Amino acid sequence: MAAHDTAETTQGSTESDVGMGTKLRYLLNSDFVRSSPYWGIPFVIMGAAVYGGIGFNVAISLTDASGLNPPDYSDLDLEMYTQVLGNDAFIQAAQNNLALLVSFTVICLLLGLFLAVLLDHGIRYKDKIQTIFLLPMALSFVVTAQMWLWMFNQQNGLLNIIVTTFGFEPVNWIGDPSIALGAIVFALIWQFSGYTMVVYLAGLQSLPDDQFEAAHVDGASVFRTYLKIIIPQLKEASVSAAVVLMVFALKAFTFLYSLTGRYRPPTGTDILATLMVRQAFKFGKWAYSAAIASYLLLMALGVIAPYLYYQYRQGSL
Amino acid sequence: MSQSTPDRTFDTASLVEDFNLRRLGQYVLIIFFIGFFLAPLETGLMTAFKTNEAVARSIPLAPPFGDQFTLDNLQFALQELSGAFFNSLFMAIPATIGSVLFGSMAAYGLTMVRWRYQMVMLVLFLVGIFVPYQAVLVPLARFWNNIFPLASMVAPIFETLPVLEGYHANLVPLMITHIAYGIPICTILFRSYYQSLPNSLVEAGKIDGASITKIYRRIVLPISKPMFGVVFIYQFTQIYNEFLFAFTLVTGADTLEAPVTLILPAIGASTSGIDFGIRMSASFLAAIPTLIIYIAFAEQFAKGLRTESG
Repeated sequence: MAAHDTAETTQGSTESDVGMGTKLRYLLNSDFVRSSPYWGIPFVIMGAAVYGGIGFNVAISLTDASGLNPPDYSDLDLEMYTQVLGNDAFIQAAQNNLALLVSFTVICLLLGLFLAVLLDHGIRYKDKIQTIFLLPMALSFVVTAQMWLWMFNQQNGLLNIIVTTFGFEPVNWIGDPSIALGAIVFALIWQFSGYTMVVYLAGLQSLPDDQFEAAHVDGASVFRTYLKIIIPQLKEASVSAAVVLMVFALKAFTFLYSLTGRYRPPTGTDILATLMVRQAFKFGKWAYSAAIASYLLLMALGVIAPYLYYQYRQGSL
Repeated sequence: MSQSTPDRTFDTASLVEDFNLRRLGQYVLIIFFIGFFLAPLETGLMTAFKTNEAVARSIPLAPPFGDQFTLDNLQFALQELSGAFFNSLFMAIPATIGSVLFGSMAAYGLTMVRWRYQMVMLVLFLVGIFVPYQAVLVPLARFWNNIFPLASMVAPIFETLPVLEGYHANLVPLMITHIAYGIPICTILFRSYYQSLPNSLVEAGKIDGASITKIYRRIVLPISKPMFGVVFIYQFTQIYNEFLFAFTLVTGADTLEAPVTLILPAIGASTSGIDFGIRMSASFLAAIPTLIIYIAFAEQFAKGLRTESG
């Protein structure tokens, strides 16, 4: 570690001959340099993995690499990007992805907010209930996908037992392309709404209590108090939870893969993440899948960049 | 809030009645949602203990009665997964320790010491949390398979070690990958904690002439013990549960080095369909390590999640 003794640092000598040596010594003793091993080593490892990886991915996407042919970096073009855009499977996957992203994010936020408000006021065993609601988040998507596969099972699944007791026909939840995506969104909401609840609860608890008292004295109902006074103050919690949910919706792969155990998710639920992995590791279309991954990254950045800018402007970075 | 004294102008009796009705509705809703969140887990757990015939005939929510009960599925799943449990833990524990330590170091360098352009560095770490891993999968596969085949380099060493086998070497690239991609989230979790610490601690150390390393070792590390707990629990759960990197770097579910999550989507499947008794048994066995951690440290886990989002 570059930790020299500070005792003999220069005191900015008043003499005219401040030599290069002094300047160098001053620089070496600055906090920047002396703290560099701490942030530097992790940054180099992380930077190589994340930003090196992204750069490498872009480089591969500009070649024509596929199968056993190694990437040839002497002939770079954007051909893969135009090919991807012209492909129906990509357009379909992008549409599914957008539908998943919007419905999943909106419903998760609303349900999480509802659960948070439900638990916010003097509920007994609040911590235990919160633990139960958050439990799905501690489980792997691989595990929850298996549980939902059983829930959705057409013959004996719990959902169809409920549906048939109400006198309806059993539904083929995962097998019917027109409802499969909705079923999956439902399962993902089950897993994530505990998370949004926790974020909102933290937001609610940071608000001063007297707002309620003031509203109560003014004769406002609890419902109106939440709607007009409390919820508008939860903007920051909503924004950060929404970013986490949207980015998740873009990269959700594991749950879909685990439902079938194959590269192809249930019909009608193919999203960009599953399409990309399938093109890469099933068909060996390295450059093509790298181009899909680049589009995916751009979409994720489209969510993250405004968020980070917003945070920066708020001074909460 | 809820104990606020009734206003003089209110009719106390009607207020109490209204209050109780609302309270009742609140608890009914809570019980409904407890059912909603637990039903998939409960049906899974009950199915794990049922014979195939009972799985096909009984209501999934009902516990197994009499001759419906069996431990065969659980035994079979345990046998299938026992090697995978070792693989998962062998990979996840060092990977967690690595990313947590690096995260703490980076957070210290970014918060406790002031220098210019820290914000740029911070943004690079933050973006690292959110990057979809699909954007680095092809390079990762190429790097560990073609450019730097670390697994085949360390395999001979692993063969000479006790307990380990040569194939466990295939988990080393996965371990390093998890460390590298775990650093950003660990850094941000630690950073939020270090920011909440009083600045005077570090200032006092500086005035006493302590070096940056000394401040870290003597002051910052000891007071950040609780945060190490939070980050460790959070990160271990993430790495143990992770699927995509394992899927990319370990060649298949039938390999000896496959971690638990890789085997699970294939277990108990045959041409005649999925044996849900086996599948559910395996799912619960796979979830046990994270369930134990979650039940024991629910508050720390929730804290990790809360901090992740700003």
